[in-house]
Amino acid sequence: MRIQVNGQDREVPQGITIAQLLDTLRMNVAHVAVEVNLNVVPRAQHARHELHESDRLEVVSLVGGG
Amino acid sequence: MTSIADAPRSSLGDSLRVGTHQLASRLIVGTGKYADYAQMSVALALSGADCITVAVRRERLIDARGQNILDFIDTSRYTLLPNTAGCFTAEDAVRVARLGREILLGLENPGADWVKLEVLGDTKTLLPDPVATLEATRQLVDEGFQVLCYTSDDPMMARRLKEAGAVSVMPAGSPIGSGQGVLNPNNLRICLEYLKDGDADYPVIVDAGVGTASDVTIAMELGVDGVLLNTGIAHAGDPLKMAVAMKAALEAGRLAYLAGRIPKKLYATASSPESDTIAPKPR
Repeated sequence: MRIQVNGQDREVPQGITIAQLLDTLRMNVAHVAVEVNLNVVPRAQHARHELHESDRLEVVSLVGGG
Repeated sequence: MTSIADAPRSSLGDSLRVGTHQLASRLIVGTGKYADYAQMSVALALSGADCITVAVRRERLIDARGQNILDFIDTSRYTLLPNTAGCFTAEDAVRVARLGREILLGLENPGADWVKLEVLGDTKTLLPDPVATLEATRQLVDEGFQVLCYTSDDPMMARRLKEAGAVSVMPAGSPIGSGQGVLNPNNLRICLEYLKDGDADYPVIVDAGVGTASDVTIAMELGVDGVLLNTGIAHAGDPLKMAVAMKAALEAGRLAYLAGRIPKKLYATASSPESDTIAPKPR
């Protein structure tokens, strides 16, 4: 199925969870926050939150700023 | 890298309370625009700040080196203050605030419950959009955030933001990154008068515009409670020296404010006794 991650289209297996996606993207789970379709999904739910066709994700972390 | 563990903090013993947070230093510094994270880390320590701002951005999907700012910040030493920089609508600022909170909750950092709200009008001036800022303040306060509100130095707007529940109003000295210092001290004076009316401890922090150390002193001498700056240190010729200078300038300004300056007078007043001089006075 097709989802969008940080503005880029991506083909992922049906029923993939947020935790599995972050693992695929080799992201440091301790550093990021995830929003699905404009709603933050708390880290504790990443392992059981399954993604759906056309979901739009933002995966963000901290950077330097003022 | 220089050891930062024992870098001195503010020597004033005069802490700053913002909402439920107690800060040892009245200087809040940003983490952006440094040549590299190692330099940033030393500059932060030398500034004496115990609160530092950070921004929230998309994680890069292809990230070979994987350097993260969190590898250079001791999150048990600093209270992080996530900002909503780069947002031009209230909706986006609220989203970014929620995402920042989610990251800081994961880090178990006390900064998870507050946010430096910026809702900007355009990219050229980076001036705050007052209407959207007020809207976002209301919503974030409703959601339980302690909101530190970046705004212009307009006293009426400052009053509206406080009424909306902001734990601190943070008027700009001058535009972000402009280095123009405090352009309108009279507006800041009125902001202070309004915001502290019957509420002397309400924290007012000058945020943005600092170009050099004296700008910090001037702001603090007006009676503001703290200064938030980033570019003034990060883009200085020698950021580490400037970090030390900013710390000293803040303490000088704070002490001068507490001490109480002498009134300005048109004519001179002699410091030495005017009587019993051996020289006759001129006519």
